[in-house]
Amino acid sequence: MTETGEEPFIRIEGITKKFGAFTAVDNVSITIDKGEFFALLGGSGCGKTTLLRMLAGFETPTSGRIFIDGQDMTDVAPYDRPVNMMFQSYALFPHMTVEKNIAYGLKHERISEKEKDERLRDMLELVQLTPYATRKPHQISGGQRQRVALARALIKQPKLLLLDEPLGALDKKLREHTQFELSNIQYKLGITFVVVTHDQEEAMTLASRIAVMDRGVVRQIGTASGIYEYPNSRFVAGFIGSINMLDGVVTASENGLLRLDVPALGMTVDARTDRPVAPGEKRTVAIRPEKIRISREPPPAGQPNCLQGVVRDLGYFGKDSLYRVVTDAGAVLSVNSVNDRRGGEGERVAEWEDRVHLRFDPGAVILLSE
Amino acid sequence: MDRHAEVSPAPSVISRWFNRDGWRQLIIATPFGWLFLFFFVPALIVVAISIAESTRTSPPFTFLGEWPYVHLANIERLFTDTLYIRAFATSLANALMATLLCLLLGYPMALGLTRVQGSWRNILLMLIILPFWTSYLLRVFAWIGLMGANSWFNRLLTAAYNHLVPGPAVDHLQMMNTNFAVVLVMVYSYLPFMILPLYANLEKLDQTLNEAAMDLGSRPFRVFLDVTLPLSIPGIIAGGLLVFIPASGELVIPSLVGSASDPMIGRVISDEFASARDWPMAATVAIALLVLLVGPTMLYSYFENRARNRLEERP
Repeated sequence: MTETGEEPFIRIEGITKKFGAFTAVDNVSITIDKGEFFALLGGSGCGKTTLLRMLAGFETPTSGRIFIDGQDMTDVAPYDRPVNMMFQSYALFPHMTVEKNIAYGLKHERISEKEKDERLRDMLELVQLTPYATRKPHQISGGQRQRVALARALIKQPKLLLLDEPLGALDKKLREHTQFELSNIQYKLGITFVVVTHDQEEAMTLASRIAVMDRGVVRQIGTASGIYEYPNSRFVAGFIGSINMLDGVVTASENGLLRLDVPALGMTVDARTDRPVAPGEKRTVAIRPEKIRISREPPPAGQPNCLQGVVRDLGYFGKDSLYRVVTDAGAVLSVNSVNDRRGGEGERVAEWEDRVHLRFDPGAVILLSE
Repeated sequence: MDRHAEVSPAPSVISRWFNRDGWRQLIIATPFGWLFLFFFVPALIVVAISIAESTRTSPPFTFLGEWPYVHLANIERLFTDTLYIRAFATSLANALMATLLCLLLGYPMALGLTRVQGSWRNILLMLIILPFWTSYLLRVFAWIGLMGANSWFNRLLTAAYNHLVPGPAVDHLQMMNTNFAVVLVMVYSYLPFMILPLYANLEKLDQTLNEAAMDLGSRPFRVFLDVTLPLSIPGIIAGGLLVFIPASGELVIPSLVGSASDPMIGRVISDEFASARDWPMAATVAIALLVLLVGPTMLYSYFENRARNRLEERP
């Protein structure tokens, strides 16, 4: 029960799963609202797939309960759950046509043939596969197969749809297209989606909320921007995107503004915080590469958090560039800068071996204690 | 692209030698040559003998030197003499029965094997192959002992029979020299030939397909009917042919445990050849058996290929 006394749509309550001596999922509790697009994000072996398989009913938790729409589903068999899954490998039946695959979930349902036909037609239309209805899975492309798998999982109108690495097998162009399509379909149908992925971009673009998992434990739950801009630990900060992390000690604290001594940079760093921190406490100073401004010209006088360095490495990605800057104190910082001016080599923001000025806002500094 | 072409080394002498077309053709030709010499040519000789006339010469046949060159009396006998027709019918019925029983026994065993994890699977596979290490004849003789009137096996079955079947109690069951014995021993002998191809087929099936079907609302038995069974048809056909073909031509088992008054075709061929010394008749019966067995197999693969091609042609 949430604090308001309202039952959440999906409640994962203290779930633990052990395989022999190995604990795959360790006392995980998550609540998910109706109609949410929720992502379980983590590296391989973090327990995200095991958690998904327990939601589908393929694994039984060692302890803990799973409630879906108020009903205890912990010991309910997969074929009796109002849950369907889109498998990572799609798991299409190779001996059935596209339409037989999609309609399979209705095959043994007690509804009229007319309704079965209607729902099949709707699904084929939803995933734009009507012209391919009579083909076999091996006669269609990877993207089409993915849409067959999606339609097959949606035709029973489940309360919860599980997606295991839904974009993993697609090439880059198709991924971008498909991820918006998935979001649209989810929005249109209002079904609760839970997606498992190791790809942070996939999680951030698809999901309304993300749970970051590590070694069977949920490290942080939040929106994409919440997790990216306000990570709660060094692990989450390092796992999502890239980040510069340096050790510091608080020397002064007043009105939400901290001053930290950062030996690696040989300077003090100003940081804004909403939590009171006493002087003398240790904190990790973390700054996202794109929050650091880089320039050949010195910044106006009186700005906080200014330093200088030399560009050691430069990665040009078209829309932006990544610089590795060695500061005068010897630390190496990653700096990301959008190429908002057109220019060839020599005309860019900075070049190899250029002496540059770096600057970042006190509000951009993330302070981590873990 | 061009730069890559420059740096890749010129093919060495050895690789050029092995890449020559001649080698490829030789490698393809070897099995064909073998089959031609040791299968096709002997088959042609058998066909030639089947149209010769049986004579008291050595070898005991003579080709007709004049029109119509073909001695067709044997083929006529094949269709008129009830001995041959009955022998064919008995053979096909026994072989069919043995194949069905092998399938019924072997399928659950093959499926069970795929569900066993780790080293136990290898041990069980070993147990299936192990009987091959004992002489085939020895194993058939063992069955003769088991089926005899005073064996424990016979007494067990007799007790069960008397218990289950109403009517006067029997002293023992006559198993030896019946088609029951032939089918029983053939099932025993050929069971591994059913299990192994089925296992190879079932083992390759993607387990997530079962999970997908279950996820979509099918209980385990429905999953079996909808997914596992249709996908294992190639294994069933392979295992079925491997049992049915040798079982129809089987000679040793019917000779040792079968009924003399109701012989199988293998025994008829052997008798014509060895006892009656009627080589042309033996050859005719052998060719008839070949046509009977190879015909349906070729028809099956023809239709299967056509169905597959039609599937792939579709845009």
